[in-house]
Amino acid sequence: MASTVASTVQSAAGFGSKKEAVPVSFVGSSADRASRSGIWVGIFAITMSFAAFTSALFVRQGTPDWTHILMPSVLYLNTFFLLASSVTLEISRRSLSAATIIESHSARRAKLWLLATFALGVAFCVGQYMAWQQLRAAGLYLATNPNSSFFYVLTFVHVLHVLVGVAAIVYLLGRLMASHSTFRRSLFENTAVYWHFIGVLWVYLFMLCLVKL
Amino acid sequence: MQESSAQQAHVHAPPQGFWRKHVFSLDHKVIGKQYYALALVAVFTGMVLSWLMRIHMVWPTARIPGLELLSKNGAPAGVMTPEYYLSLLTMHGTLMVFFVLTNAPFAAFGNYFLPIQIGAEDMAFPRFNMVSFWTTFLAWVVLMLAFVIPDGPPIAGWTEYAPLSAVGKDAGPGMQWGASLWGISIAIFCIASLLGALNFIATTLDLRAKGMTLMRMPLCTWAWFITSCIALLAFAVLLPACILLILDRHAGTSFYIPGGLVASDRLQPHSGGSPLLWQHLFWFFGHPEVYIAILPSMGIVSHILINSMRKPLLSAKVVIYSMTSIGFLSYMVWGHHMFVSGMNPLSSLTFSFPTLTITIPATILTLIWLGSLYGARIQLTSASLFAIGFISMFVSGGISGFFLAQPSLDIYLHGTYFVVGHFHMVMGVASLFGVFAGTYFWFPKMTGRYMNETIGKLHFWITFIGTYLIFMPMHYLGLIGNVRRYQSFVNDFMAPYLWLHKDMTIAALITGAAQFLFLFNVIYSRFKGAPAPENPWNCTSLEWSIPSPPPWNNFGDRHPIVYHDPYQYGVSGSKGDFVMQDSPEQIVGSGD
Amino acid sequence: MGKFFAVVLVLIAILSAYPIIGNYFPLPEDISTHGHLIDTQLHDTMLEAGLAFIGAQLVLAYFVFAFTGLKPDSRLKNLPGGAKLVVIAAFLIVGAEVLALGAFGQKAWATVYFVPPKADALQIQSQAEQFAFYFRYPGPDGKFGTIHPDKIDEGNQNYFGLDPANEPEARDDIVSGELVIPVDREVNLMLHAKDFGHSFYVRELRIQQDYVPGLDLAIHFTATKIGKYEIVCTQLCGLGHYNMKAYLNVKSQDDYDKWLKEQSQ
Repeated sequence: MASTVASTVQSAAGFGSKKEAVPVSFVGSSADRASRSGIWVGIFAITMSFAAFTSALFVRQGTPDWTHILMPSVLYLNTFFLLASSVTLEISRRSLSAATIIESHSARRAKLWLLATFALGVAFCVGQYMAWQQLRAAGLYLATNPNSSFFYVLTFVHVLHVLVGVAAIVYLLGRLMASHSTFRRSLFENTAVYWHFIGVLWVYLFMLCLVKL
Repeated sequence: MQESSAQQAHVHAPPQGFWRKHVFSLDHKVIGKQYYALALVAVFTGMVLSWLMRIHMVWPTARIPGLELLSKNGAPAGVMTPEYYLSLLTMHGTLMVFFVLTNAPFAAFGNYFLPIQIGAEDMAFPRFNMVSFWTTFLAWVVLMLAFVIPDGPPIAGWTEYAPLSAVGKDAGPGMQWGASLWGISIAIFCIASLLGALNFIATTLDLRAKGMTLMRMPLCTWAWFITSCIALLAFAVLLPACILLILDRHAGTSFYIPGGLVASDRLQPHSGGSPLLWQHLFWFFGHPEVYIAILPSMGIVSHILINSMRKPLLSAKVVIYSMTSIGFLSYMVWGHHMFVSGMNPLSSLTFSFPTLTITIPATILTLIWLGSLYGARIQLTSASLFAIGFISMFVSGGISGFFLAQPSLDIYLHGTYFVVGHFHMVMGVASLFGVFAGTYFWFPKMTGRYMNETIGKLHFWITFIGTYLIFMPMHYLGLIGNVRRYQSFVNDFMAPYLWLHKDMTIAALITGAAQFLFLFNVIYSRFKGAPAPENPWNCTSLEWSIPSPPPWNNFGDRHPIVYHDPYQYGVSGSKGDFVMQDSPEQIVGSGD
Repeated sequence: MGKFFAVVLVLIAILSAYPIIGNYFPLPEDISTHGHLIDTQLHDTMLEAGLAFIGAQLVLAYFVFAFTGLKPDSRLKNLPGGAKLVVIAAFLIVGAEVLALGAFGQKAWATVYFVPPKADALQIQSQAEQFAFYFRYPGPDGKFGTIHPDKIDEGNQNYFGLDPANEPEARDDIVSGELVIPVDREVNLMLHAKDFGHSFYVRELRIQQDYVPGLDLAIHFTATKIGKYEIVCTQLCGLGHYNMKAYLNVKSQDDYDKWLKEQSQ
């Protein structure tokens, strides 16, 4: 917004020299826009990858040796954890001031809800590990049957992406905890977008497993 | 709301120290050069491999001195075994498609010039960019390790069809660790490419300078942008495909391997998998991949043509729409690699229609290039020679595709040298011509020196004529049913045509040798080339408004403002015969 | 140099077209009932492609000839019709070609794939493996024995893993390294892969079909000329791929019957 106003003023002033400088703010906000584009582009790519896994699943599912497996019960709890973590992250995000650069000391409320998000995210990952344990206890390993193969692959690849989100949250927590530091609001926003996506992706995978496996 | 000036004004700080400046650089220009260097190493390796293959094909029992040093098992006493031929074939294809044709026209030139051409200081994510290059480098190292292990590189071709690629060592030599290294290398390459594509897209969308609307971007920038969109989706599918392949190989899963297979006298412990699944996933990536290989060259050639003929193309907008529709259609045609694969024959017909339809934008592009030459004032330099040569090559290579797009003709031509001729002409020659043209054109900007024009022209003539001599005959051989991926030709029907293979081999050796002229020119000119001014070609795009070589932050402390599209050549009433994009000079009746 | 470039382009166009026009690389004789459809389509495509190829290279040559080496102040012109003409031309040229070839091409494809084999087609099974083709005939009982992969024994020539001891259908099955068929009789060839992907290609029959492990595919054809023709593998299957071949031996009906009788002994 600000940069558009600034540049309109400048062009109205009729400057013509090609070497005249443009305010710094123009550069700053374009970096924010770029990082937002970057996150969405990344989300698009990840979606495409899971679409590939899904189509592989559908093809494989058409063969006669397909049997069904029971969903490990802990998955329901994990789903709750992940969705709850999205809620806590949103609360945290909305408690931030509207500035582009945020000073850590002003974000105390955000800090607490972010911690909750972190805890719930970790709980999800631990829960997924326990889901694998439950499957192993039932004698289902990666190569046991095509079903179990897909289950392990889909959930493992998803957890890898969750861990990336957890790392981002840890980084943000680090910034928030430090007494005299600042961080860009866009970083928080992008982390939130990514985290919500991971949640939506999980809901999709969960339904896929429920219906197909 | 104004941001404070204490805020980070630059995307990254000026580089300090040897490692940051030359090795782990965040500067897109250094990264572009690193990609180019890697592509150079890969292309010469791939070329030498093709020499070995071609020599072996016509003299199968000949001793190639020194080959036993490369592989004791693969070439005992210097005589290549049939399996080693296939190993070299696999590595040739993999290196060329991934490490040359995805790297050079797209990653190398795109990284170097896209930010400058849109007036940005660097890519949107310089750290990702650095990681992206070094990840590509890691992928290359992993792939090359296949040469070093005792069992050698895999023998299943760059397409690594399952179950040959999936069962492991029972498939044959090189299919134990060689094939695994391949799978890991390509998976790593996918991640690197995804990061790169992400960077290109975000940069193009968000870091354009003031006045640089999308329609004012040079055609090569458009090509890089469209290519990065294609690459994002394509590599996102190849990565899962490779992951599933690695799991089949090492974790006992059966994604691609059906039951009841007996290989090397052993019943394979898998069941229920689908070999066609691999083909679908692979070609869903593989077809867009070949457009990733050609689109940047189309953009580079367009850019250089306009500059060399001192006149814009008949319509840049049509070119942009055509390139975009090619990108879009490229996702609908992958089944044309699988017409006789055993998939539903109705699917084959449905894939054939979009394949034939893609001919439309391709024809539009060709006719625009041709039609624009009419009434132009063409200046022939090494760069423009390759750009014009590209048109000839693209016509030749593209037209053979027209045959293969028809399933009934594919019944006869699939798996023959007709296909080999087709893809070498479009990818191996046309796409590479774009890289050559770009090198001659942009070398003065990247180094501040000209490449030697005499050597450059000689390089062009030998390469242009030589590649026709190598690859045109392949179409004839395909017509008589010469099957591909054979290490030698023991079929009765091949006997009358072996002489042609010999001629092709000789042409390949001579044309290949000429590429060392190019290599010499690049290296020599880097240090001893004649100094070049800031805008030696009188070109309009933004990279020609900055010093050669450009400073670390491209435009120094200024932020360029763009007033025109990059096709203002031959403008009546302007001083000189061109107007630069960032010149505030008013142009009467200009289209933008 | 522009003039030289133009000359080179013209030479390339002529020299490339010459082997085709002079028919120096003739298609192998067509011994199938459907092959003429493919051959006609190939010729039609070659004509259109050839004209497009020569036309484009000659136009390029002319433009390079006429518009290089001009003085710096020479006037620039635009192609009459501009981009609009180009787009319309592209749609017309390609549209016409696509429609013609696409529509016509359906027939050849349909004949091979959408017309089912006749009820009395000769049923023969073929198995592709590293690095040979084997063919199996059902014998007088007209039934094939089951394939048991665990019973495959190359040393004892039990390529198909048959179990004659326990299966009566398998006892009279005839296995041959050569595909022997009678002339003018439709054959339904079933394709079974033992280990990896292979492909069945007979140039003269204008037939090519991949063997896919796990899939039971079949192709049908009728050979119209007696003789011996090479079957080659066209799907990369390992180190012996180049040498993987067999022979299609088309005999007269009498000779075929005689051969079949000999095999049963």
